Amino acid sequence: MARIQLKNVKKSYGPVDVIKGIDLDIQHGEFCVFVGPSGCGKSTLLRMISGLEGITDGDIIIGDDVVNDVPAAERELAMVFQSYALYPHMTVRQNLTFGLENINTPKAEIDKKVAEVAKMLQIDQLLNRRPKDLSGGQRQRVAIGRAVVREPRVFLFDEPLSNLDAELRVDMRGEIADLHQRLGNTMIYVTHDQVEAMTMADKIAVLRAGEVEQFGAPLDLYNYPCNKFVAGFIGSPKMNFLEGRIDDQNRNQLNLDTGEAITLPEGKFSQQASAAVTLGIRPAHLVLADQGIAVSVQGVEQLGGEAYVFGTLKNGQKITLHSPGQTAIARGDTLFVRAPLDNIHLFDSETTRSLLTRTE
Amino acid sequence: MRNLWTMLTATRGKTRLHWTDWVSYGYLIMGIFLMFGPVLWLVLSSFKTEAALERFPPTLLPYTQQTVAVEGYDDPLPLFKMTAGEYEGRTLAQLRRVGLQAQMIDPAKPDERLRVSINDREPLEEIYLATENYTSLFERFNFLRFFWNSTFITVTATALMLLVNSMAAFALSKYEFRGRTAVLLIVIGTLMIPQTVVLVPLFLVVTELGMFNSLWGVIIPGAATPTGVFLLRQYMITIPDEILDAARMDRASEWKIFWRIIVPLSAPAIAVLAILAIMWRWNDFLWPLIVLTRSENFTLQLALNSFQGELQTDWSSLLAMTVLTLLPIATVFMFLQKYIATGIASTGGK
Repeated sequence: MARIQLKNVKKSYGPVDVIKGIDLDIQHGEFCVFVGPSGCGKSTLLRMISGLEGITDGDIIIGDDVVNDVPAAERELAMVFQSYALYPHMTVRQNLTFGLENINTPKAEIDKKVAEVAKMLQIDQLLNRRPKDLSGGQRQRVAIGRAVVREPRVFLFDEPLSNLDAELRVDMRGEIADLHQRLGNTMIYVTHDQVEAMTMADKIAVLRAGEVEQFGAPLDLYNYPCNKFVAGFIGSPKMNFLEGRIDDQNRNQLNLDTGEAITLPEGKFSQQASAAVTLGIRPAHLVLADQGIAVSVQGVEQLGGEAYVFGTLKNGQKITLHSPGQTAIARGDTLFVRAPLDNIHLFDSETTRSLLTRTE
Repeated sequence: MRNLWTMLTATRGKTRLHWTDWVSYGYLIMGIFLMFGPVLWLVLSSFKTEAALERFPPTLLPYTQQTVAVEGYDDPLPLFKMTAGEYEGRTLAQLRRVGLQAQMIDPAKPDERLRVSINDREPLEEIYLATENYTSLFERFNFLRFFWNSTFITVTATALMLLVNSMAAFALSKYEFRGRTAVLLIVIGTLMIPQTVVLVPLFLVVTELGMFNSLWGVIIPGAATPTGVFLLRQYMITIPDEILDAARMDRASEWKIFWRIIVPLSAPAIAVLAILAIMWRWNDFLWPLIVLTRSENFTLQLALNSFQGELQTDWSSLLAMTVLTLLPIATVFMFLQKYIATGIASTGGK
């Protein structure tokens, strides 16, 4: 069993705290994605789990063992690196066998495992080539193969797809998800791309500045973001945020800075009278209406199957609309949109925390 | 071959030679002359007899005077061609020379003695390779012993130096530890101390350790060089850390990472250092001269030095041995020179 628990894990370089106390519990067999903007500490956290980076405080538990002081080589993990980090002077076969030789696997078994993995990843034609003779996608497969062949307890992926072109990335995304289905190992995957996170993960941990902002299933994060950062980070295009203030008298009336007023549903949010709040609404949830919030259109992106409209509100705030199919809206138009009450999010403007009262 | 010819005859002018062609070919030919002239001179001279070496004006090719064996005389007699006087046009052999006169005979009629002026004759010469210069090295001197000493020192010292330097460079480039920069600065700082300054203390250390007059006394003091450490470190820095991390995840020990990852990937830099070390060790003179005093421990360079006495110099042996000393190093250089070019080019960082 390879359940991974992080208990108040910290890391600092001198006076700089990079990881500020992280608690996570990743169950056996889960595909967990660490996502966050660059510099948030997600790769560092992964390296701390791998053992390549020491921890300053806290505990890392893999299976039943506290591994704080166990060197990387003995944690029985495998890692796929962003730059693939294949051994350039070895053939693909030697790249795959290097790890097995290090644990003194019998020759016959090595051959069997390499053949198996090579077949599974469709690199059996490439075994005698060197990494420099491979394309990016092939190198990526070899890097994954090198991890798979050793049958580790846990797979760690450090932004493995960021060096591939867009099309290949989509393919490899599917293949890694397949691999997870087939092997059933615990996997931790680091990315800055929330699409990768949403499509592959069982659980997503959104990180910012060395802290976990939210940890949960992808749709949970999408539907119930716990703060403005997660709301803005998960989902593409970004959620729209409209600043406003709760009415002094009527606790259920939200007065937007643009002048419009919205009546909030009773009991859904825990808002205080006259508090500054931020209304969040995803581009896909905005509805065109005859009257409502006025938007002056600044640009339109037609993708054929769908269209995005970019505009500004009266007070200059930017807003994005998603419209399915093709649209007749053009630059310079003025529209009115409405935010359906089922799909709105409300955040405290000061703490940025969600004001949703979860009932489930 | 065709490509080589195209390269050698490349010109800028299409039909006739451009003036830059004259300049560049002139410059290149001068370069060839400067580089190879002395070497060629050395090789040709090493085949000259002692007499030909002392001749003035010197000749380029190794000539020797033709001789003829005449009945009734023990030694072969030198042959001359008469250029003037009574016997003009005839070829005579000299019996003896007395002042400006010489007693000569016609090899066909050995009984008749002729008196000629030495101004009327010219020596008959032929090209002759004095290979005895070389064979005597093996007969009169223990050439193979010197050769073995030099080879042993060069090979062992180079191997030891590569090992020590690459291990130090690995630690200084890939491990984070307190005082790393200080260590590196100290290592590089030793470059500022000339070898002659540490000669005496080094000699005392070597003597105390009982390595005086032993080949190890030459080998061990040079096992770690600041240049080597620095060169290899600069190269190893360019090896991505992720590869080492990958090896660590692959459960390789640090020792294995060094041998299986770092050493193969630093091969170009190691090759450069190997060539430099081989050339340095093979040609090293001062330190062996101090440590090795018994002739059975002499390296080739020391043996060469011993041919040069205070009063007399054995030029023919000296030249022959110089050629033999040059050969191995020239061969090594010829085979490995492409690594020098690529290695030095890529050690600058990429």
